[in-house]
Amino acid sequence: MYVAVKGGEKAIDTAHDLLAKERRGNPDIPEIATAQIAEQLTLAVDRVMSEGSLYDRGLAALAIKQARGDLIEAIFLIRAYRTTMPRFGYSEPVETSRMTIRRRISATYKDLPGGQILGPTFDYTHRLLDFNLETEGPAQPEIGSSVSRPADAHMPRVLDLLGKEGLMEPPDGASAARDNGDGKVGDLTREPVSFPADRDVRLQNLARGDEGFLLALGYSTQRGYGRNHPFAGEVRMGEVRVEFVPEELGFAIEISEITLTECEMVTQFKGSKDVPPQFTRGYGLAFGHCERKTMSMALVDRALRADELGEERQAPAQDEEFVLSHSDNIQATGFVEHLKLPHYVDFQSELELLRKMRAEIAKAHVEAAE
Amino acid sequence: MTDVQLQDRQQWMGILARANETALAQLVGSLGDLPEHDLLRGPESGLVMVRGRAGGAGNAFNLGEMTVTRCTVRTGDGTLGHAYVSGRRPEHAERAALADALLQQETHHTQIMERVIDPLTQQEAARREANRAESDATRVDFFTLVRGEDE
Repeated sequence: MYVAVKGGEKAIDTAHDLLAKERRGNPDIPEIATAQIAEQLTLAVDRVMSEGSLYDRGLAALAIKQARGDLIEAIFLIRAYRTTMPRFGYSEPVETSRMTIRRRISATYKDLPGGQILGPTFDYTHRLLDFNLETEGPAQPEIGSSVSRPADAHMPRVLDLLGKEGLMEPPDGASAARDNGDGKVGDLTREPVSFPADRDVRLQNLARGDEGFLLALGYSTQRGYGRNHPFAGEVRMGEVRVEFVPEELGFAIEISEITLTECEMVTQFKGSKDVPPQFTRGYGLAFGHCERKTMSMALVDRALRADELGEERQAPAQDEEFVLSHSDNIQATGFVEHLKLPHYVDFQSELELLRKMRAEIAKAHVEAAE
Repeated sequence: MTDVQLQDRQQWMGILARANETALAQLVGSLGDLPEHDLLRGPESGLVMVRGRAGGAGNAFNLGEMTVTRCTVRTGDGTLGHAYVSGRRPEHAERAALADALLQQETHHTQIMERVIDPLTQQEAARREANRAESDATRVDFFTLVRGEDE
């Protein structure tokens, strides 16, 4: 138990001044601007937006600067900030099928309608340090537009291609039973998660969950702890429009274009007496460009559908309560890091208990010897 | 409002919301004196919870929030203009709301369309085209090689 302490104000203030000094670093080096973070550390910004669960590049960049690059601390700042803002409402569900594609790949089909667009990717780099970046960096490359074929305006979903042949279960699963029917969409920022959770709440939880945690769990399913033999059916990244229906207008208006990454995993078959075997699916979606996150999310989403698909829940990734209760890095860091706050009273009682136990044992030994 | 009018309004409200902030400020600034307007609400910032769909097409779920600034203005003749724009951008929201009000007035509609909405539409199309061309240059054709053991 943590018991409130008093005093130390002056030391705390000074410690925070020292923090500000450390944040600034050597004053001979130019200070980093939040615009530079927003433009040049874009993937850090994307991670803070997606796990901070707030799409605002400027705020995320500021949080990263304030947190000295500690992304979980930055996410904490963003989560705290959002609690000070009123909620205007809920958007219409975004149409990722109408995404303006900047990257779109499939590991299941070589040739697919719309083509494979690599976009800005680390894939196929050699992971060799580029010492040119240590100095001024090379001039911005011109992207040649020597393209023989223009991109198709419409890029059909890879999983829909399988669906048309009846080889893929529908987006909500073959049973399609998970909608509670009243059209309500669970919101864990308004109501605490209860178990068993519906898939809408699970997806919300995973979308803001810690990338490292989800990565490890996703990896564990590949290594046999809840295996479902996944293929990356499709990964796409680009811009989608956000539509919102203001109460005072009563019709939908587009309020923005946001960058999203989406991953659809194709996983092992499932059939029943009535339905011949079909591929199953896992889904990942998150703010910004974050493939590792959405791929992991899709693996874990699929693993968490164990009950629905009649699979025995044996592995950690299939254990809904375990996964959803530990995925949030702000809850996790809060509980772990609170251990360093003063626990003096609590510890004193343990210390006394231990001394008493030892004294009793010593006394018993003496009595036995006599 | 007829369906066509509604679609037109949805269209221009989208263009205004997505516009580059500096570009909108310049275009509105170049119009010279604009009618007086009252601020009925805001500009004020808040959050909209963005929703996605399971599997891209299934049941909705809450993905995460975004910052939004909204504003409602009333011009002298009583026309209401509304705006919802992303981020914390009070000036952008107010300009967009004013443009929305003026676009609903016969006296201003053509002027605002030609001098604000059309240029913004063109800028957006150019931006999209440039992005598309860059992405397109990374289109890849993979070849599968026959492996020895498959023969």
